[in-house]
Amino acid sequence: MRKNLNIIAAYTIMMGLIILVGIFQSWNVALSIFNMCLISAVMTMGANVQWGYAGLINFGLMGYAALGGLAAVLISVDPVQEAWRAGGFDILMCLWLIIVMILAIRFILKNFAKSNFRTYGIAAIIIAGIIIIRVTAEPGIEAIEAVNPAKTGFLGGFGLPIMFSWIVGAFFAGGLAFIVGKVALGLRADYLAIATLLISEIVISIIKHEDWLSRGVKNVIGLDRPVPYEVNLQAKEWFINLVAKFNSGKLELISNMADKQTALNQLVIEGSSVFVKLCYSGLFLIVVMALLIVTQKALYSPWGRMMRAIRDNEEAANAMGKNVVKQHLLIFILGSAIVGIAGAMLVTQDGLFTPGSYRPMRYTFLIWVMVIVGGSGNNFGAILGGFAVWFLWIEAAPIALFLINLFTVGMSDSHALKVHLIESVPYFRYLMMGLGLLLIMRYRPKGILPEKIEIK
Amino acid sequence: MDFLNAIILLLNYIFVPALTYGSQLALGAIFVTLIYGILRFANFATGDMMAFGTMVTILFTWYFQSIGISLGVLPTALLSIPFAIIFMIGYMLFIDKFVFRYYRVNKSPPVQLAMVSIGVMFVTQAVVRIIIGPSDRRFFDGEKFIIKAGEFKEMTGLNEGLAIKSSQVITIFVTLVLVSILFWFLNKTKTGKSMRAYSDNEDLALLSGIDPKKVVMITWIIAGILATIGGALYGLDKSFKPFTYFNNMLPIFAAAIVGGIGNPFGAFLGGYVIAFSEIFITYAYKKFFMYILPESMEPETLVQLLSTDYKFAVSFSILVIVLLYRPNGIFKGKVL
Repeated sequence: MRKNLNIIAAYTIMMGLIILVGIFQSWNVALSIFNMCLISAVMTMGANVQWGYAGLINFGLMGYAALGGLAAVLISVDPVQEAWRAGGFDILMCLWLIIVMILAIRFILKNFAKSNFRTYGIAAIIIAGIIIIRVTAEPGIEAIEAVNPAKTGFLGGFGLPIMFSWIVGAFFAGGLAFIVGKVALGLRADYLAIATLLISEIVISIIKHEDWLSRGVKNVIGLDRPVPYEVNLQAKEWFINLVAKFNSGKLELISNMADKQTALNQLVIEGSSVFVKLCYSGLFLIVVMALLIVTQKALYSPWGRMMRAIRDNEEAANAMGKNVVKQHLLIFILGSAIVGIAGAMLVTQDGLFTPGSYRPMRYTFLIWVMVIVGGSGNNFGAILGGFAVWFLWIEAAPIALFLINLFTVGMSDSHALKVHLIESVPYFRYLMMGLGLLLIMRYRPKGILPEKIEIK
Repeated sequence: MDFLNAIILLLNYIFVPALTYGSQLALGAIFVTLIYGILRFANFATGDMMAFGTMVTILFTWYFQSIGISLGVLPTALLSIPFAIIFMIGYMLFIDKFVFRYYRVNKSPPVQLAMVSIGVMFVTQAVVRIIIGPSDRRFFDGEKFIIKAGEFKEMTGLNEGLAIKSSQVITIFVTLVLVSILFWFLNKTKTGKSMRAYSDNEDLALLSGIDPKKVVMITWIIAGILATIGGALYGLDKSFKPFTYFNNMLPIFAAAIVGGIGNPFGAFLGGYVIAFSEIFITYAYKKFFMYILPESMEPETLVQLLSTDYKFAVSFSILVIVLLYRPNGIFKGKVL
């Protein structure tokens, strides 16, 4: 109990802050911050598995998150029959061609010795393959994108419940991580960071511009929800009764019957939104808890010990007969899969998929700030980092506004400097993130909750 | 005649823009490579440092414009660049003193320095956006074109026009001058040689009496010059927007790695490799083939290898291929 005191204290403070937001701003805001904190926590756990356990830098987090989001779209949207009839055959042909291409390359790699000739042969296959695929796909893609472009214009998905996408998203991201890992994992740390960042930019530009697959920058909106809709809730008898019961004290103060009814209606509208968010919180909490248990178990298992050994001294671990390359690939896939789950969760919560919003600032560097600030190698630290940094990211604007008003209290409201500063309030969050990261790196390089290895 | 038209077409749409873009990337890539070679970390704040330099240039330009100073046909920004450089060098040395030095003295691993540079990136980005705002700004004044497409057509009687903007000529000219001076400095002067020695083998360099503080300071000064000029040239040619500068970091990294990170000459060529391949692969060659092929063989489609949406993706794919087959870059890295 005693040695976990700092963990408990840190989490209590964090929850207290969110509750304060609930009291002073509104419970709606507090819950939406809480939900995003949970999603961020899942992402940081993914990054922490890679960086904290194995020392692998992955700056491609945004690519995996986007793939998770794509999974949510492909699972939950109903298939667009017309588009399938128009161009489905061409797309399937292309898929087949890609498989043939990969098999051909594999065949060459297995059966020919390494030589310049082999390299050029593979290059020729890839270039010819791309040209053939483009020629085959062109009419199909055009036909698909012409099907009701304002509403669909893509193949759609499978029409399954969106919750399945959390698992499928993990598989998508893991699959991408397998390819990236095969290509890039041999590189030195900072090369690996740059390579993963650039590869995930490629992935995102594909998602952004292949309209037949993901509608691209036209976005997919109105995805199905795993939780009830507010409008439906507001009409339900039991829900109105529940809200009335919760607020009975408040309602009794109002004597006028009509006023009471309007007040109740208002409360029901607010309550429905809070209720929906609470449902999401419950779902996300289950995921976070499950992942936390699994990652904690893994950390203290023989496997976790081996990973730390590899992280701390690769050569020594190699000499002890551990397959470093294989383990690196495995952990790269596992961590990325967790990020994929988070990506799918994010899209599930928002109900929309906007490929244009996956930017390195928000989905890579911010997540890394969370991991570093929270404490790499410690799952509780990573989750706390996700909470604290996301909280600051959202509340930075009000804090900055408060500080600006405090420091410019002597100036008149129309003073040019004051007006300019107040206009640029949204950018103070970058300043706070940067300063926070720099201070933590300098004075507490292991994070708020540092890694602590207990031998059990 | 058709053949000439085809050549002019390629010159106008591929060669001149790629040369300009390549020069801008090359300056950034040399910046990255110098930091990597001497201070030994990947600087993720590259794009934002360039944005900072450009912002200062713009502020000086506005000031000069407001008091009525201009260079006539040349853009006023050329006059403000030297002032911006002085400011920028101060900024670089400030950051080094308060942020990077601590980790250098403690011999932290490069990864930690890269993380710290992310912190610097956040702060610089915030400062730029707070001071000048996130919107698009054009600060080019003076004569816009050296040759206009219409005039060129009249002059030569060809169907295809060749337009050369003065910003393009300025970019290429300034880059060539700056890079020549830099290579002269690195290869011929004593300080430059000591920098190369330090990059090649730190301990050996220290043993032979090279002052590491001086080497690091000179590196940051050169970095400040490169960042300001590179950023200002990009802004003159296109426009200044903090977000674009942040994104430009990625092709700049690609250029530096393709050229062999730590090798300034490689980075210089890498910039052009990235720029030319981006434009070559995403250009639609339909018109070109219409000129050189007989009428019966004219292509129906655009004859475009990849759509322009994938411009960035092309340079990143090149990077991946290079990393796979020549991890040290096309020109061997780590020999400054």
